Amino acid sequence: MKTNTVIRHTLTHLFIITLGVLMVYPILWMIVSSFKPNTMIFSDPGLIPKAVTLENYVTGWKGYAGTTFGRFFLNSLFMCVVAIIGNLLSCTMAAYAFARLKFVGRGLWFAVMMITLMLPGHVTLVPRYIMFNTFGWVGTYLPILVPKFLATDAFFVFLLVQFIRSLPKELDEAATIDGCSPIGVFLRIIVPLASPALVTTALFTFLWTWDDFFNHLLYLTKPETFSVSRALRTFIGDAGAVSNWGGALAMSTLSMIPAFILFFSLQKYFVQGITTTGLKG
Amino acid sequence: MHKLSGIIKFLKNNAAGYLFLAPWLVGFLVLTLYPMAYSLWLGFTNYNFTKPDATQWIGLGNYLKMFGPLFGLSEFTASTGQVMRVDPYYLKALSVTFTYVFVSVPLKLTFALAVAMLMNQKLRGVAFYRAVYYIPTLLGGSVAIAVLWRKLFEKDGLVNMFLGALGFTDLPGWITNPKYALWTLVLLTVWQFGSSMIIFLAGLKQIPQEYYEAASVDGANKVRQFFSITIPLLSPVILFNLVMQMIGAFQAFTQAYIIGGGRGGVLNSTLFYTLHLYIQGWAYRELGYASAMAWVLLLVIGVLTAIVLRTSNLWVSYGTGE
Repeated sequence: MKTNTVIRHTLTHLFIITLGVLMVYPILWMIVSSFKPNTMIFSDPGLIPKAVTLENYVTGWKGYAGTTFGRFFLNSLFMCVVAIIGNLLSCTMAAYAFARLKFVGRGLWFAVMMITLMLPGHVTLVPRYIMFNTFGWVGTYLPILVPKFLATDAFFVFLLVQFIRSLPKELDEAATIDGCSPIGVFLRIIVPLASPALVTTALFTFLWTWDDFFNHLLYLTKPETFSVSRALRTFIGDAGAVSNWGGALAMSTLSMIPAFILFFSLQKYFVQGITTTGLKG
Repeated sequence: MHKLSGIIKFLKNNAAGYLFLAPWLVGFLVLTLYPMAYSLWLGFTNYNFTKPDATQWIGLGNYLKMFGPLFGLSEFTASTGQVMRVDPYYLKALSVTFTYVFVSVPLKLTFALAVAMLMNQKLRGVAFYRAVYYIPTLLGGSVAIAVLWRKLFEKDGLVNMFLGALGFTDLPGWITNPKYALWTLVLLTVWQFGSSMIIFLAGLKQIPQEYYEAASVDGANKVRQFFSITIPLLSPVILFNLVMQMIGAFQAFTQAYIIGGGRGGVLNSTLFYTLHLYIQGWAYRELGYASAMAWVLLLVIGVLTAIVLRTSNLWVSYGTGE
């Protein structure tokens, strides 16, 4: 009986490992291939390179149109930081109102917020574009960043509402009796206690802004404003007939590093975010 | 005087709530509600970005442009008297998207559930395995992975190298062959089952172990246990995953855009709905038509979600009342 279990567990481990290797093989191959000389990339399906070079990183980094990938990375980073600030401010405020404050129409607005959670963004796309164009914002970061300050990512509002509701109500009641205003309760009690959910919000805001392509395609028109994802797309071109595939793979590999670092250092926040709201992906 | 104090009291009671709600409320009114109404109106016009002054109400013109081929039309006269051509690619985009959604979502969920069950055992290193299986989901939506995918499934790509080594000959270029191109995208989607897997895993952990023990005492085998315990108790989670994944799949864009090189691929075999919408709106500047398309997408998603939720009482069980 005992050996039976051992054998079964060993087999399960083997199966999980084999499937896991198969799953991440393309990504491993991409990383390894980015260090292979350009001519060897597609003749070698293995993971151990016969020759190692940094040439792809050097040529890829040069970017195009006189703009290096250094600039693209800074652009992406800038957008992510501002987006995080915007989402943290606006979504936490809305969530606090929904979860803790009493006001006329709360039930209605909450229902509306839940509906927007499921709304395909395409029904607002064209008017938003026309509106932002009238403001002269197309070609700048404003169409991407301003909505973050207006809590348009309902997912995070929902996530934070769920979290704040789970906090003991006695704490803010006690603070209110002690003369704390709603603003005081928010800043001194809710925000500090909700910090795990705030980390989750910041984390997913970063990933989604970093990986976003559609909005960057619509609104970023000048190469010097391009994000990494937008730049990668132009780098490979329409026909994909670029000669510098090594450079493309090298820059693609670099573009994945932030997600890797965040994922492995903040894993529990990922799991929390996914299980409480079913964050898409 | 009495009335005034009433108003002040009302304001006092509601001020804090609306103060904190203000950013969201402004965002909802300006960036969601107004655009929705505006795009509904645009859908009945011939608004073109290059000549907005010439915008005319064309009634159901845009909708006829989409569904005209169903009635054998190739052109028709709009209410303005102008002759409009139907969109020869719209129905193709619709069928590509439906195929993609109805194949990739069930496959993805099946896979996610299978792997979640595999990991829901007292095994060492489950946290690590879970992390590894989540990696494709973590990176999958990025342009980088789409670039990689295109390279993998080319005629001389990595996949064919492996298949060639296994003895297969006459291998097609998977991306460039209209028969297979969509399936590479389905595979790319199924590969990213990580989020659903994590949700299933959390759901499985909620099922009390005693149920299984009691069932095996009663002589129920593993298959029986799966269908009589796991599936019913997990059904709310399955429903949730199904709805969210379906809504998401209808809106897939980036991967099709990159793999098709900004178009719908060979013979429009990967012309996703949103990609067609983008091409109509931003390459041809037909924003009135694009708005109408967006509303049809909203209706399709809304109706399908309603159907899934309505029929869910047939297979979803909440709680264990007894």
